[in-house]
Amino acid sequence: MIPEIGHFSLILALLVALVLGSFPIAGAARGNTVWMGLARPLAGLQFFLIAFAFFCLAYAFAAKDYSVVYVANNSNSQLPLQFRIAAVWGGHEGSLLLWALILSVWTLAVGLFSKHIPDDMRARILGVMGLISVGFLLFMLMVSNPFDRLMPAALDGKDLNPLLQDPGMIFHPPMLYMGYVGFSVAFAFSIAALLGGQLDAAWARWSRPWTIMAWVFLTVGIMAGSNWAYYELGWGGWWFWDAVENASFMPWLVGTALIHSLAVTEKRGSFKAWTVLLAICAFSLSLLGTFLVRSGVLTSVHAFATDPGRGVFILAFLVVVIGGSLLLFAWRATSVGRGGKFAVISRESFLLANNVLLAVAALSVLLGTLYPLFLDALNLGKISVGPPYFDAVFAPLMAPAVFLMGIGPIARWKDAALPELAVRLRWAFAISVLTAITLPLILGNLTPMIGLGLFLAFWVFASSAELVYQRLRKSEGGLLARIRANSRSWWGMVIAHLGIAVFVLGVTVVKGFESEIAVKMNPGDVAHLAGYEFTFDGVESRNGPNYTASHGQIHVSKNGVLRTVLEPEKRLYTVTNMPMSEAGISPHLIHDLYASLGEPLEGGAWSVRIYHKPMVEWIWFGCLMMAFGGLLAILDKRYRLHAHAKNAVPKKGRSA
Amino acid sequence: MKRALIPFAIFIIMVGFLFKGLFLNPREVPSPLVGKPAPAFSLPRLDQAEKTFAPKDMLGQVWLFNVWASWCGACRDEHPILVALAKSGLVPVVGMDYKDTPLDAKQWLDERGNPYLLSAVDADGRVGIDYGVYGVPETYVIDKAGVIAYKQIGPVTVEALRNDILPLVKRLQAQ
Repeated sequence: MIPEIGHFSLILALLVALVLGSFPIAGAARGNTVWMGLARPLAGLQFFLIAFAFFCLAYAFAAKDYSVVYVANNSNSQLPLQFRIAAVWGGHEGSLLLWALILSVWTLAVGLFSKHIPDDMRARILGVMGLISVGFLLFMLMVSNPFDRLMPAALDGKDLNPLLQDPGMIFHPPMLYMGYVGFSVAFAFSIAALLGGQLDAAWARWSRPWTIMAWVFLTVGIMAGSNWAYYELGWGGWWFWDAVENASFMPWLVGTALIHSLAVTEKRGSFKAWTVLLAICAFSLSLLGTFLVRSGVLTSVHAFATDPGRGVFILAFLVVVIGGSLLLFAWRATSVGRGGKFAVISRESFLLANNVLLAVAALSVLLGTLYPLFLDALNLGKISVGPPYFDAVFAPLMAPAVFLMGIGPIARWKDAALPELAVRLRWAFAISVLTAITLPLILGNLTPMIGLGLFLAFWVFASSAELVYQRLRKSEGGLLARIRANSRSWWGMVIAHLGIAVFVLGVTVVKGFESEIAVKMNPGDVAHLAGYEFTFDGVESRNGPNYTASHGQIHVSKNGVLRTVLEPEKRLYTVTNMPMSEAGISPHLIHDLYASLGEPLEGGAWSVRIYHKPMVEWIWFGCLMMAFGGLLAILDKRYRLHAHAKNAVPKKGRSA
Repeated sequence: MKRALIPFAIFIIMVGFLFKGLFLNPREVPSPLVGKPAPAFSLPRLDQAEKTFAPKDMLGQVWLFNVWASWCGACRDEHPILVALAKSGLVPVVGMDYKDTPLDAKQWLDERGNPYLLSAVDADGRVGIDYGVYGVPETYVIDKAGVIAYKQIGPVTVEALRNDILPLVKRLQAQ
């Protein structure tokens, strides 16, 4: 009965979304305040109905209701409760429901925190989000219903893919979706602005915190996924350029460009059309990512079941949403004014260059992801594009972007002088060049890539230090007062940029200096790596709730002093009969020690793989710094409600 | 107006490809070899380099011929499935280690288990050309008379095994 109620709740949600997607937009066009007023209550109702449907599905999982096809396919009676709940988004149908739920959360949030936005603008924004919701709810109800029944009911479920039975599964997908779907807000703001002809600094200020929020979630989501792959896949990699990873990375790149472009639009009134196009692209790439994952056009470890019917539906939806908005853009964007003028050397120029580099990087990732499909469709054969392509294309595009990051924040708006910039940054440049050459020489491995990576990281550190020093020097009072004198969004920018430097440093060092060995070990055997002794104590059997495991123990010592104990595990999940390895990791600021069990060999010996990964944690720590910087920026005073009341534009008479 | 239409035009072209892509299976390549005798070769064995393996050694049996390499990412996905298949004893699997170094390959098998009756070493990929190897991994089903009955491009999945490969193997074994 509960699944039927959930199903019914989804149907009601579709009806609500239909009304939300039509009346408020029409009301905004005709000046009908009653129709416009429908938007906020409907956003609340829609959230309630979808959340209720989600709860019904979660209940079916918790109550082990194997008469529901989706539950029977994605869980098992032995699966622990937290994974039964996470299994709600472990397959195609449920992850769509999560998508719709998160969209309704964002819609609700926009409804709640948009009192300062003119009625017509808000009605259009919520209406556009309602239309997106219509698409997803229709898709679910027509071809991907999570509540479909199984007759007769299964005795037990087929179990969740063991790869997904990990705490990462609980956080990674919801975070990632919060980011993906969050760009729908920036998208809706842009469409609303195009519809109303209201592309101005106020519009940029309203949409900025929402965009940054979505970007923060996406950053944390991608980071969590990368970290999960690192410890779960058992061979120490942290990014694979897999089609689905790319699908989440492209919106991140474009979203990053969008954040910067919005800053220019808010502060200087320039780049308006470009900003709108980026907002459309960021969300379009999120939708495209959904298409790539759901339709099976590309092979990927993340891809769910292939079904051309579903693919055609999503593609049609893409054409309507993306095609429609790009046409609207072509029609309305040309009427947008040009904004303030700026010189060739100015902060605007640097930001424009950063935007172009990020957009080209996103395009090249898109090209690499779709290239096999293009060739196949043209009958030119089958190929796969792997990490070599992406590494070759990506680094040359990102290196100048990171270099510009050191200059941009120091350059003045409108017109900056090159000699002055050179004088201000000469020490930062000297320090970073010196570090890039001497540090690898001391560590004994100087290659062009290591040199470049270290240079870029220290360039950002040093130029940020110069920036902060100058700013603090100009402010007055004690240190705390000087810190306070600069806005939170400025500090957010500094911290996010330092996060990039930390990230680059981590990537460079781990790529340049990691080492690994694979050895056959009997209990009591000792292996040596990076100055540590790894003593294998053997394995013991341990049983989990739904798996049997061989639990290994490796004592790690240096010069006879015990440092840590690694506990890698080899599990066999009983229902699916799939083996999984759980790496034993000792994370540390300086380096990770990482061990994974291979296969049991004769006589109690095991093949063991041991890695020494210097500064690998910095990769994720850098991502967290970027996210924290974004959070600080959102908390800036000027986005608070009372600040808006002062700055808000007159409510009427602004439509073009 | 015209310049502003460029993003739309690019998008429409992309949609055309995506639409076509929906009806292509990225894992399936029609092989001209299906229905033809498996190309003959004689290659050293991975475990005992002084011995060689030739397809005719398997005449009279239905067997799987799996092309793999230690450098191949998708082989990691496929490997546990092959190990489980080998344990079931339903059908022998012969491997061909493709463009690989024997040391890496042995280590790879030590770590992940060896599902293969034996592996032949195709160090320079010459035999791979005869078999039309597009990418690693690929798997061929070869019948008792040494004729290729099926080719799987990309990793063997649980579904492919259950729905296509094993039913075919049973049918061929009964012949």
